[in-house]
Amino acid sequence: MTPFAAINAQTLVDAVGLGAVYALMAVGIGLVFGVLRLINFAYGQLVMAGAYTLAWTSAWPTAASVAACFAVVLVLSIVLERTVFRPLRTQSPAVMLVTTFAIAFLLQSIALILDLRDGTIGEAASTFASLNQAVSVGGVDVRRVTIAAIVAAAIALGLLALLLARTTIGLHMRAAAADFTTARLLGVRADRVIGLAVILSGLIAGLVAVILTVQTPLVTPGFGLKETIIVLVGVVVGGLDRLWTATLGGFAIGFATGVINAALPTDKTVFLPSAVFALVIVVLLLRPGGLFSPRGRATVVERV
Amino acid sequence: MSEPPLLVVEELEVRYGNLVAVRALSFEVGAGEIVGLIGPNGAGKSTTLHAIAGLVPYASGDVLLGGKSLRGGPPEKIARAGVALVPEGRRIFGSFTVEENLHLGLAARRSTGAAAAVESVYGLFPILAEMRDRPAGALSGGQQQQLAIGRALVAEPDVLLLDEPSLGLAPTLVDLVFEALGAIREHGVTVLLVEQRAQRTVALADRTYVLGNAELRMTLSPAEAGDTERMIAAYFA
Repeated sequence: MTPFAAINAQTLVDAVGLGAVYALMAVGIGLVFGVLRLINFAYGQLVMAGAYTLAWTSAWPTAASVAACFAVVLVLSIVLERTVFRPLRTQSPAVMLVTTFAIAFLLQSIALILDLRDGTIGEAASTFASLNQAVSVGGVDVRRVTIAAIVAAAIALGLLALLLARTTIGLHMRAAAADFTTARLLGVRADRVIGLAVILSGLIAGLVAVILTVQTPLVTPGFGLKETIIVLVGVVVGGLDRLWTATLGGFAIGFATGVINAALPTDKTVFLPSAVFALVIVVLLLRPGGLFSPRGRATVVERV
Repeated sequence: MSEPPLLVVEELEVRYGNLVAVRALSFEVGAGEIVGLIGPNGAGKSTTLHAIAGLVPYASGDVLLGGKSLRGGPPEKIARAGVALVPEGRRIFGSFTVEENLHLGLAARRSTGAAAAVESVYGLFPILAEMRDRPAGALSGGQQQQLAIGRALVAEPDVLLLDEPSLGLAPTLVDLVFEALGAIREHGVTVLLVEQRAQRTVALADRTYVLGNAELRMTLSPAEAGDTERMIAAYFA
């Protein structure tokens, strides 16, 4: 039996579902990168904070629990932007990246302390447990959460695309991402576009927290970390200089992860990250500027 | 007493580390005037514009617009106060459409009538109206310069700062840019123009300041545009 015999319609749907979640995270990271030139390594910890909120509010009505999740992630995003990202805005990318590492570990440690209050590590988020059931779509068994993830990602990305393409603040955000100095010279308010990018990024982190807790109901301090690392790799593969290439990169690595996971024999799934990263190395050797960069085009954005 | 000048630069000093880029520079631009700023490379012309626009901080001195200090303001605040900089190299958004570029210029606009302002720029530069839905990167250098100027004009600024608008353009396109500057003058826009093309600038401007080695060297009137010896002397002073 070849490894690829395991790849059927079921696998492909699951892979698209995984790709959708990773695409959302890629957008969340890409939005902030666009205006701050900051790779937020702590993005997964925003998702983790949302997941813990869902777990701790499991007894609440669903709507209240979800609202609390979004509120916590948004407030945390805004506090991080005000207290850390904004003061560091003029620093080098390396300083900002290392700072987000520090924040990631700080948030994980805080989560560990809060989690250990009941003496055990890990909290169960069961708000949407029913979404784990499968429904049959055209003979293929699909978990409801997969459909929900694909639909939610499509709606969120569609709304974001409309905002960026059709509104004035969207135009300002695109301009700030392309050439921040010139955008400011034209009167685009730096604080406003950065604030909006952080809020949108936070909303997406909240959405990702809801979807991931359905797939993985046990929330631990490391929740979202593995996903962040894979998404960051996907974003680099796609090309971080443009939002849509970063998003496609996130989707591509999620999809590839889903397919490789199914293709690997069950006792070899421990090699999944190795297989994914080997694929990434091959892609970057062939297309150093990213999977979706036009040939010969410099990917470095020139700035004043 | 007559009205104070619209833009006043007072004892401006800008440093990059130990290097003094602009030293004790004072000059004025009156409402409706075109004032030139010329001088050799490194004389501090662009730095002066950048300081006025808030892109670089100044060590001492002040810049007043309509009597109010612009000192310390971030670029977007200064733009919204009525100062528009058309930067060197044009810095248009190449992947955006021509119209989107113009709409970006509206960010600094202080009054209503945005649609009319965009139409008025299309009237001034008809080629932009023709190309409005094309990516701005598809425009020629001269057309991009028109777009950069138009993008600044839609905000209806009090003062337009132009940084080497003819740089890198073919001679016929340079004519186009100077024609555009003449048209802008007809509209009563106040202009501070930094240029390499000294003679044409002196001829066009109401008054031209010559910078050399970070300092103001002399002031030239349009009548002196033909006085090549005096200009050469100014450059090598």
